[in-house]
Amino acid sequence: MSIGHALLGLLEGGPRHGYDLKRAYDERFGHDRPLHYGQVYSTLSRLLKNGLVSEAGVEAGDGPERKRYAITDAGVTDVERWLGTPEKPEPYLQNTLYAKVVLALLSGRSATEVLDTQRSAHLTTMRDLTKRKVDGDLADQLICDFALFHLEADLRWLELTAARLDRLAQEVRK
Amino acid sequence: MSLLRAEDLHKSFGKTHALEGAGLTVRAGEIVAVMGPSGSGKSTLLHCIAGILAPDSGVVRYGDRELTSMTDRERSELRRTDFGFVFQFGQLVPELTCLENVALPMRLSGVKRKDAENAAKDWLAKLEVDGVADQRPGETSGGQGQRVAIARALVTGPKVIFADEPTGALDSLNGERVMHLLTTAARETGAAVVLVTHEARVAAYSDREVVVRDGKARDVEFAR
Repeated sequence: MSIGHALLGLLEGGPRHGYDLKRAYDERFGHDRPLHYGQVYSTLSRLLKNGLVSEAGVEAGDGPERKRYAITDAGVTDVERWLGTPEKPEPYLQNTLYAKVVLALLSGRSATEVLDTQRSAHLTTMRDLTKRKVDGDLADQLICDFALFHLEADLRWLELTAARLDRLAQEVRK
Repeated sequence: MSLLRAEDLHKSFGKTHALEGAGLTVRAGEIVAVMGPSGSGKSTLLHCIAGILAPDSGVVRYGDRELTSMTDRERSELRRTDFGFVFQFGQLVPELTCLENVALPMRLSGVKRKDAENAAKDWLAKLEVDGVADQRPGETSGGQGQRVAIARALVTGPKVIFADEPTGALDSLNGERVMHLLTTAARETGAAVVLVTHEARVAAYSDREVVVRDGKARDVEFAR
């Protein structure tokens, strides 16, 4: 996830200071991975250097002065370009699980055991996500569903591989 | 302490061996997903432990009673009083309204029409389908029909609900809703659920899974 673009997108709603931006980001996208303050300020200074945000005054308070940032026209164009560019689909060709299955077969160990252990771990994670989804709001549901569909795809692969183990064993032992 | 326990079940259909030594245990109130590829024997396992099919050999115990040594009549009585069923489709009586369908198991147990229909109304409301009470199953959507079927499975207060691919004919959104309602209702009433599914996202609503492969069930709880 491009943090810079996410912050720019949040700034389209109006100028904000760094702390405010971090809170908005964490609330919407942070979930398990909230931003560090350092990340926020280093990202903002990069965006400033590249002319995608500008300083929009300083908010005085009891604590340290807080700079407010506003998105520039160049920033808006950059967000638009980012939203319109598809994310690269992952090819997933360097699959550790495939390597484990092949190595288990080559060494005479149980590949079924490898697959079953993985299936169980996947389902445990899927159960946790399902609980979180059931107890959560629509944002939680969508975020968890994204992960659940990907984990389900892995499980379908595990199932298919389990059904093809005999053939795979013959091929790798040739 | 197990509520339901099957040991070393064998079942063949002609030359096809559907179960070859399958075992499974279900504790009171737990939701167990039975998973496995098509043809692995998972539905046959469900039918055997629910007393719908008699295995060729092996034992199924429900509490301290042995299902496999009961007469057809005793098994049928047990299914009506203690078990509830939800299948993929074709389970509601098309000539009856949804309300009458849900009230049917209670009517068969001798409950008065009014009492049975009041209980049925409550369950239809809990499953958010009270709006279709007076419609016939053919006039409802797939998701609504499945919720009516769940209401019917729960109306008698069963100890175990057997669900065979309950979301198999539904789209993702309706499937999720049906699973959420089914598992929430089961947890509220303390009913155990044996859920046959090949979909991992559906199985993720369970407490644990049992994998059936080539007629054998891999149940990690079974050894305990």
